[in-house]
Amino acid sequence: MSAISELSSISRRKGKATAEEKKANGRDNKAAYIFLLPWLVGLVAITIGPMLMSLYLSFTDYNLLQPPEWTGLDNFTRMLSDARLHNSLRVTFTYVFVGVPLQLAVALLIALVLDKGLRGLPFYRSVFYLPSLLGGSVAVAILWKQIFGTTGLVNQVLAMFGVQGPGWISDPSTALGSIILLHVWTFGAPMIIFLAGLRQIPVMYYEAAKVDGASTLQQFRRITMPMLSPIIFFNLVLQIIGSFQSFTQAFIVSGGNGGPSDSTMFFTLYLYQKGFGQFDMGYASAMAWFLLVIIGVFTAINFIASKYWVFYDD
Amino acid sequence: MTTKLETLPAPDKKTPGAGKPTNRKPKVRESRGTLAFSRTQRSKALMKHAILIVAGGLMIYPLLWMVVSSLRPNELIFREPGLWLNSLEMGNYTDGWSALTHPFGHYMLNSAIVVLGSILGNLISCSMAAYAFARLQFTGKKLFFGIMLLTIMLPFHVIIVPQYILFSQIGWVNTFWPLIVPKLLATDAFFVFLMVQFIRGIPKELDEAARIDGAGHPRIFLRVILPLMVPALATTTIFTFIWTWNDFFGALIYLTDPDMFTVPVALRAFVDSQSATSWGSLFAMSIVSLLPVFLVFLFGQRFLIKGIATTGIK
Repeated sequence: MSAISELSSISRRKGKATAEEKKANGRDNKAAYIFLLPWLVGLVAITIGPMLMSLYLSFTDYNLLQPPEWTGLDNFTRMLSDARLHNSLRVTFTYVFVGVPLQLAVALLIALVLDKGLRGLPFYRSVFYLPSLLGGSVAVAILWKQIFGTTGLVNQVLAMFGVQGPGWISDPSTALGSIILLHVWTFGAPMIIFLAGLRQIPVMYYEAAKVDGASTLQQFRRITMPMLSPIIFFNLVLQIIGSFQSFTQAFIVSGGNGGPSDSTMFFTLYLYQKGFGQFDMGYASAMAWFLLVIIGVFTAINFIASKYWVFYDD
Repeated sequence: MTTKLETLPAPDKKTPGAGKPTNRKPKVRESRGTLAFSRTQRSKALMKHAILIVAGGLMIYPLLWMVVSSLRPNELIFREPGLWLNSLEMGNYTDGWSALTHPFGHYMLNSAIVVLGSILGNLISCSMAAYAFARLQFTGKKLFFGIMLLTIMLPFHVIIVPQYILFSQIGWVNTFWPLIVPKLLATDAFFVFLMVQFIRGIPKELDEAARIDGAGHPRIFLRVILPLMVPALATTTIFTFIWTWNDFFGALIYLTDPDMFTVPVALRAFVDSQSATSWGSLFAMSIVSLLPVFLVFLFGQRFLIKGIATTGIK
């Protein structure tokens, strides 16, 4: 179904692949490489080339004007003592660890309510999905900035109840929370994946459970959760990878500086400031590789942990 | 246990015509309860609708409020949490349209150029690569396919610094090329994967018949496969449209000349230039910037939902 399950099955099929390839070797090579040409050029020139280049740059001091100067591990030791970087890590981790589970929980909850032949499903689905499409835009980030402003929509509503709300976005203790809420608000995309997954669970399982007298909660725990676990896993991996890279919302809401007092200074925002604000390209490259390692480690942990809770039917 | 998936159509089985709603599952599910349960079922359904309407209302409220606020005089925006309009104020739209150096239409046109270029690039290059991966046998196929899947998960930041250096040395900063050329080279691997999955669902007999008639791969690709994969091409078009239209990071880095601004960077410049004084016109232009995405959502929903349910793109 997905790129993720595809990847794990490729490693499983390795043995068979070589035999298959020997048989077919050379048959369509020319045609295949012609069809693949744009992709291959892109892979080398836009992806792998720049990756190697950024790996090299991460060991240098480079400001675009003078040629890169080899400084060894300097950038990485600098990262060890960079308090703003540590703070940006904390902000990003908070965002990922609070935002992703919250968003997926809401997505699953709404998907469960929407499942089972409810009337008006297409309408509800659209209403819940629309924010996902708009959520990454500058326009919605601007809207969020107003909603959680001192005189914004949220505080206007609170004032109707006689409550004086804080300046959500100008207060370091609530600014990140407002951006996390924006992330949760875009739960529509994982919700649709959950809905597709729920549709795949055979009705007869529930019927059998009902005959055996299982409660709704038991049905959820014993049937829905295990059967849906590959989909939960898929959403989890995708959302974690995506969330580590969040940028636009924090940039717009904080006016580009990660404020107040760095409370919304995401890792990518700091990377942008270092690379494209101060043209400290070597340090930015080191940060980018660090981000790659973090995402890689989290994805690996996810895959390893999945053996214990993800249930595959075959 | 293994029979489970065979009894139900898997969502990734993308055969031609699978878009038509032939496999209506909800119907089966509705028949689950017997007549004796109908009353509790009805009250249950009523409760679900109540929950969904409240939740959906909350989701959509900020967007509706933004639309209404864009039609209000500035002073009222900060006092009116409701959605009632006493009079239509179009001034925000005329003010906002001409608030920056160029009329807002100029930035929309810039965005349109980038979007069209990106769509064309993705359609051509990704479908070519997908044909090779799905239909041709060649040396290194498994390896390349694995690499292609991995690039889906690669964070953009790892390649952005060298990519910027590369494009700035060619003299492409402040042109649209850095935003379009990567798409011409199939770097949006998600779409390659989506199309591979789709082509796998097209019966092989069709291209074998064409081959017997003497058709080569270019002809099979153009005359047999491409016409049959229109749904996948539509999904690609729609998602490329929305992503590129919303793309902020790329445009922020490569387009620093106000003449070249796309809509997201123009909106951001608007925020910076006016700060908190004219939320009305800022909202008005935000609405204008969201309108194309909303229209694509309205008309392309079927493909959007299918695309996200099968691959997880959003």
